[in-house]
Amino acid sequence: MMITSTFIDIDPSQAWDEVFSAPGVPRPIYKEIVDILQNFNADDLRFRFDQLGRTFSERGVTFALGGEERPFPLDLIPRIITAIEWGGLSAGIQQRVHALEAFLNDVYGHGQCLDDGIVPRALITSSPNFCREAKGIVPENAARITVSGIDIIRDETGNFRVLEDNVRIPSGVSYVIENRRAMTQSFGSLFSHYRVHPVDEYPARLLRALRRSAPEGVRNPTVVVLTPGVHNPAYFEHVLLARLMGVELVEGSDLVVMSNNVHMRTTQGERPVHVIYRRIDDKWLDPLQFRPDSIVGVAGLVNAARAKTVTIANALGNGVADDKLLYTYVPELIRYFLGEEPLLDNVESYRLGDAESLHEVLENLEKYVVKPVDGSGGKGIVIGPQADERTLTELRAILRGNPRGFIAQRTVALSTVPTFVDNHLAPRHVDLRPFAINDGEEVWVLPGGLTRVALPKGALVVNSSQGGGSKDTWVLADETLAPTPPGAKAWTRAAAHSVAPSVNGSVRQPGPAAGSRGDQ
Amino acid sequence: MSRGMLSRLAELLYWTGRYVERADDTSRIVDAYIHRIAEDPFGDLNAACHSLFAILGMEVDASIPINQETVLTQLVYDQLNPSAITGAVLAAHENARRAREVISSEMWVCLNSTRNDLGLQRREAERVGPASYLKFVRDRSALFAGLTDATISHDETWWFLVLGRSLERIDMTARLLESRLLAAEHSPDWLTLLRAAGAMESYLRQSTGGSDPEAIAAFLILDRSFPRSAYHSLTVADRCLEDLTRAGARSDVVNQARRTIRMAQTRLEYSDPRSLLSELPELLELLEQTSAAANDQITSYYFRQIAAVVWEAEGAT
Repeated sequence: MMITSTFIDIDPSQAWDEVFSAPGVPRPIYKEIVDILQNFNADDLRFRFDQLGRTFSERGVTFALGGEERPFPLDLIPRIITAIEWGGLSAGIQQRVHALEAFLNDVYGHGQCLDDGIVPRALITSSPNFCREAKGIVPENAARITVSGIDIIRDETGNFRVLEDNVRIPSGVSYVIENRRAMTQSFGSLFSHYRVHPVDEYPARLLRALRRSAPEGVRNPTVVVLTPGVHNPAYFEHVLLARLMGVELVEGSDLVVMSNNVHMRTTQGERPVHVIYRRIDDKWLDPLQFRPDSIVGVAGLVNAARAKTVTIANALGNGVADDKLLYTYVPELIRYFLGEEPLLDNVESYRLGDAESLHEVLENLEKYVVKPVDGSGGKGIVIGPQADERTLTELRAILRGNPRGFIAQRTVALSTVPTFVDNHLAPRHVDLRPFAINDGEEVWVLPGGLTRVALPKGALVVNSSQGGGSKDTWVLADETLAPTPPGAKAWTRAAAHSVAPSVNGSVRQPGPAAGSRGDQ
Repeated sequence: MSRGMLSRLAELLYWTGRYVERADDTSRIVDAYIHRIAEDPFGDLNAACHSLFAILGMEVDASIPINQETVLTQLVYDQLNPSAITGAVLAAHENARRAREVISSEMWVCLNSTRNDLGLQRREAERVGPASYLKFVRDRSALFAGLTDATISHDETWWFLVLGRSLERIDMTARLLESRLLAAEHSPDWLTLLRAAGAMESYLRQSTGGSDPEAIAAFLILDRSFPRSAYHSLTVADRCLEDLTRAGARSDVVNQARRTIRMAQTRLEYSDPRSLLSELPELLELLEQTSAAANDQITSYYFRQIAAVVWEAEGAT
């Protein structure tokens, strides 16, 4: 059978497979894609795959791994999320962002949730990312989490869960935009049977949110993107966002603070800056407040923000909200601040400060995933079932010495999607990072997101900094919704073509040159 | 009125323009020399190669023998020296990469795919001879120049790119002519020089001077319409600076670069083509000084303004 020759090793019993419900049986939503792919042999797939790679290396879509510029491998097969699934996911993400905003506002304000014992005070004071300097710095639109990336996984039963929250400087949205561009160019035929939400609205949304966060009284704010520079792994993204928003991409040395006002140096002298979308970590942001050896920061920036002449987005000190230990309290925070039940579950997690949990985890370390609470990019994660005995022994000692520094989670077999590796399609584990923008009035979730793939067989760490790849992520439009209002760009062009005849209900008229062929 | 662009970006664009032009010009010069050497098997190869290194401003001890292999490794394929062709392409790429948000995607893709193809082109050149590599670099430079003119607004971005290109061109034309003065017997003849400047056909079409050295020197320095003549490059540079000045709000500081360029332009304007050869050393010296001085003045005027930092008390508003 063709199916077995193109898709191998699919075994939905180990993990939830997004495409196949049983070997050889595609889920209805993927049926068209599987049908199309049946017509491709390994050489065809290799050709398409290389084509995608070429598009990326020509456009310079790269990330830096260990100092080397590499393309971020884009897989051929998209990951599809239905309108109903997406409705649940985006509502859950919105809820989570609202709760984290409320938490940050509280923690850098009165600290009511600490007084009420929802979150232990020690958790805040011991968090390496809690930032006293942030107290009293509130953006005009009260949105501290302008951009968030809430990482989602799908467990063995098909249930979406939150894996971690990223509310400092989540990256990856540029790949969402570039993946879609490359896929429509190289593999447009796949889109013809689906109505896929476009993803190109993101930059305009982000710019609007940033402008809304501008200091009071600034009628036409100047927004900039602040990058640590060309050697940052996400530099490509900084460039893309600045370009798509039509704002300047600045480095620390381009900015100067004079009398608590931030300016950028231009060929025509200094020009005021009102909103800084910064892609530099707190600790490097201002050598006067944080690390004095920072050469990528801007001296005096924090004081200017405190004087309300400039907005820093995302806000200072957000790291306390994506501390992995705090993550275990987020369901409580949702109940406390919003009075709602959490729409998305966490992954079952253990606080190691609790003696009983610590004991359980130390005893059965080979069953758990252990993460440092302030890590990002997959750094320092130990996956128990895949670790050797020496690693586990070392980890036990570390955990005994610093239980506050880590959390443990049940090892979840992330869902799989067939992925092109070694000239065939084989299941690989994926996660999903949707991006949300809070403009102060509304939390908008980009319909799509970055599906990251762990390319080695069985691997569960998907971060690009760990050598992962990605997939174009399609959120399907709700077919029951009313037609799009005129002028709105709701569907991709390929999809629009495929629905046009049935909408018109009329036979196409032959063009001038088509007469002799008979337009059947 | 323009709001001005980031000084850092302006500098990156200026150098992108310079390096692309340098890669182009250097490949023309090296090509001309290699042809010359191939056509004249009895000439002093070592001396010819030494004069080539001297034109490109690279110090080589006269006692060290240089052959074509040295020329290729050090002037063509060296990746670290921005005066070598490959080094200049890589430097242009690196500058453009950091100014990627202000140039067009097509310009960026042009430089990026050029960089990506360098290795392939070198292997090809090792098979069929260096001319294919040199042609590749010239073609890509021409493509970049075309995209520069056709795919971005002719505003500050373009002005700085073209300003860099023009100043590099003035410098390279002066260096090329200087080779006749430095070591006339080892350098290419005048017609080869014309070819090295990409000026052969334009010269033949408009000139009646044949291979008269005076006429050729006049064409490369004084011609009003040939885009690689020193005069024309000065005119273009002056126009860029004029547009930049007009767009700017800074009337407080005199733009020294413009003064430097215009003085050189005026000097050329009133040169007598008939006595050009006798004035050549002085004129070439002037051109090189003009290029260097203008570069410094543009740098301090547009790229490196020193802002006075005023310290405020903590928490002050």
